[in-house]
Amino acid sequence: MTGMPADVIDHLAGIAPGSHLAAIRDGRMQARDNAQNSFLALFAPDDTTAMALDERFAVAAFGAALHGDAATAAFYAGRLPTDLAGAVAAEAARGAAHGPYGSYPSPALAAENAAGPIFMADHAVLGTRLSAAFDHAHMLVFHLRDADAPALGKLLDAGWSSTGIVTLSQLVAFLAFQLRVVAGLRVLAATPGGN
Amino acid sequence: MTETVLTPHGHDVPPRFTQQKLGWLPWLAPFPADAMTARHWDGLVDAARAKSAYFMLLARDPDILQFRTKTDKDIFYNPNAGLPRAERELAAAATSRFNGCIYCASVHAGFASHFSKRTADVQRLLDEGVHADLGARWNAIVAASVALTATPGSFGAAHIAALRAVGLDDAAIVDVINAAAFFNWANRLMLSLGEPEIPPAV
Repeated sequence: MTGMPADVIDHLAGIAPGSHLAAIRDGRMQARDNAQNSFLALFAPDDTTAMALDERFAVAAFGAALHGDAATAAFYAGRLPTDLAGAVAAEAARGAAHGPYGSYPSPALAAENAAGPIFMADHAVLGTRLSAAFDHAHMLVFHLRDADAPALGKLLDAGWSSTGIVTLSQLVAFLAFQLRVVAGLRVLAATPGGN
Repeated sequence: MTETVLTPHGHDVPPRFTQQKLGWLPWLAPFPADAMTARHWDGLVDAARAKSAYFMLLARDPDILQFRTKTDKDIFYNPNAGLPRAERELAAAATSRFNGCIYCASVHAGFASHFSKRTADVQRLLDEGVHADLGARWNAIVAASVALTATPGSFGAAHIAALRAVGLDDAAIVDVINAAAFFNWANRLMLSLGEPEIPPAV
């Protein structure tokens, strides 16, 4: 796809070629290259049968906004039609929370259970498929230990295939990785004095 | 392919965090072994992973699986510079403990123990949680991993200062960031696509 940064993590973290942190990232070249390849596999895929491109960018913009990363949310939302981008931003504002929370299946860990909001997307705005994806993405972002088999059943009922659920899950999980690498590198770049 | 949720039953569920080897049972049908193409085999990276229900489920989208696996291997196995392997595994275990992924924590707590020989300290991370006092260097790595894992994140200059104070250079700090970030990827897949079991005694 045209218009994709050569290294999206560097782009989002503001790391310039030839800088101290660029050199450190080059020391893990396979990780650097395959983080980029992962991004392209999810956002410039050969086959969009299981998950449409707009669905991919909408879920990513929603997930990035839930993480509080406005710049990355704008990066993904910028690939969406304007009305959908606006709807995603409104849903993300409604979904704001602090994670991780949720409940363990085991009574032995019940003392660590922590309550938090369960998000329900606006079907009238997003439609059945994307609403189900946003509900699931919100859980994966904030309260992943609440995940259970019936949550996948809701996605199947909303028209997601098993393969589509794998792609959706990878997309949200990859995003959780990418946002944290970007966040960490931004802080490190802004905290000079290391070697 | 079957478009239905799988509901495992009759297995032993791990009651708490453990370094014991666990199994993992999928909630969706893995990709059928007899339908594997070259692209699916490339997705698995290691052919031996065809024995794993987890990797065979992820093989439904083979490209992202392949690149995920190659990212993972370099972050954890690349021996050049940076953080010792034991402490990359510590960051993975702490992230998994904080997110609540019993399966991921079991694997990477086990690796942290193996490479550090500090099995009892690793067990305290699992038993007491991410605030267990594991000594200054490990505390700094665990705290940084937890701050990166919180959503929204709380990782800041104080975490960098704490990591530098216990001897980490910037390459090692990038390894902490990568390891904690990667387990936020892994935990979300492992927790949401299936569940852990205590494997039946052989």
